[in-house]
Amino acid sequence: MIFLELNPLVKPDLGLVVWMTVTFLVVLFVLRKFAWKPILSAIKTREDNINDAIAQAEKVKIEMAQLKNDNEALLVKAREERAALIKEAKETKDKMIAAAKEEAKVQAGKIIADASASIQQQKMAALTDLKNQIGKLVIETSEKVLRKELSNKAEQESYIKTLASEVKLN
Amino acid sequence: MRQKGLKSLLVLAFSLFLVLKGTIIFAQEGGHNSPAHNTEKKFNITETILEHVSDSYGWHLWGHTSISLPVMLYTDKGFEVFSSKNLADEHHNPVAYQGKNTYMVNHHTGKVEIVNADGTPNHEEKLYDFSITKNVASLMVSVLVIMFMFLAVARAYKKTGVTSAPKGLQSFLEPVILFVRDDIAKPNIGAKYAKYMPFLLSIFFFVWINNMLGLVPFFPGGANLSGNIAFTMVLAVIVFIVVNVSGNKNYWGHIFWMPGVPVPMKIFLAPIELMGVFTKPISLMIRLFANITAGHILVLALICLVFVFKSMAIAPVSVAFAGFIYLIELLVAFLQAFIFTMLTALYIGMAVEEHHHAEGAHH
Repeated sequence: MIFLELNPLVKPDLGLVVWMTVTFLVVLFVLRKFAWKPILSAIKTREDNINDAIAQAEKVKIEMAQLKNDNEALLVKAREERAALIKEAKETKDKMIAAAKEEAKVQAGKIIADASASIQQQKMAALTDLKNQIGKLVIETSEKVLRKELSNKAEQESYIKTLASEVKLN
Repeated sequence: MRQKGLKSLLVLAFSLFLVLKGTIIFAQEGGHNSPAHNTEKKFNITETILEHVSDSYGWHLWGHTSISLPVMLYTDKGFEVFSSKNLADEHHNPVAYQGKNTYMVNHHTGKVEIVNADGTPNHEEKLYDFSITKNVASLMVSVLVIMFMFLAVARAYKKTGVTSAPKGLQSFLEPVILFVRDDIAKPNIGAKYAKYMPFLLSIFFFVWINNMLGLVPFFPGGANLSGNIAFTMVLAVIVFIVVNVSGNKNYWGHIFWMPGVPVPMKIFLAPIELMGVFTKPISLMIRLFANITAGHILVLALICLVFVFKSMAIAPVSVAFAGFIYLIELLVAFLQAFIFTMLTALYIGMAVEEHHHAEGAHH
């Protein structure tokens, strides 16, 4: 207590205490309502905006990467498809060529067979023709001989006989 | 990690400050007080300094010019208001003023007293002094400054919205506001910090701006308001109320029935913890008061060296020292506001802490 008596510095004045209490409470109330709330909410909103923007950018980045990956995958797939298509086309082509060859062979065989048949036929026709020709010749010759030799009947007959025996088909 | 760095920096600054302060005061008192008393009776260094750091009824500007402030008194005879110029003559000596009672300023305490006809103080009569003193006037100036600053900043936020970067005063104050939020409120209070932000910001800026105004050596500064025990006491009491009103079951449990210790220990700890409830705000009150007043006394003492020695030769030395201390005081003005707010946040944090945190701390 002696200390308090000695030093007025550590003795709070009633008046200042009252003024201080009233003033501080008023300041607290006014600033709380009109300054701190708007300021803090504005700062908070801005921070949220910035965070959102960063998150958005990150998301877009991820999406872009995803898109790139997708594109690459698509490209790879397209390449594979192309290769498959080419392979298939090649196969089809080979198959077609093989089939055509086969067909051609068959056709050729058939043509050859036809040709040989026709040759045979024509040969036969020619032979027949030849036989006919020969027959005609024989007849013509016989006629000439007959005209000439008709007088000699016996001789004629023996001659025909020899001729006939000589003539052999084929 | 950053928190730790900041802490060690503060500790360093503090220790340096205390060492410096101690040495200079010691040198001052040991070396120069006695010759002053022997040779010069008229100049009393203690009285001069105390007068400068104490409250007064008028606001001294320069020479014989001062602003008279209203004296408001409440006595048994009712309320009365008169100008403070009635209480002193042109030489600043107290004179009696005849109102509903006869009033006179006590030369030692500097306070108005009711005096008898013969000039002796009459302590029988009740007297409540609600005067607008220099400190109260300074308080009002600081309120105007604070209101102007923050309402302007709030307007700036409303006007420019949240899309543009802060400008001017706004850009200067926003980092400080964020500092209070991110480095004081969030780490000490935790999840419930938002509720206490307006309170902490008000305390911080109120203390800081009043500290700074106290450092301005001329009108409208110069009052040692934040180094006045009434100022710090009111803030401490408000902190005490806020902390204890916020206190949850867990907080009171820790005070009266400390968990995790044997029963005799619980009984032993309860009064100590209960005392802690009061010592915390008291330490806040004394810390701010002592730091700010000590800084003012130190600067004044260094300046007074010139008058003690009655030599201009000492002036450069004392001005250099005083200037140096002034710069430190600028730091202290911020530091004390920071420490006051941080400890307030810490106490609130302890009061609102949830159970599982406390359990973790004890095992």
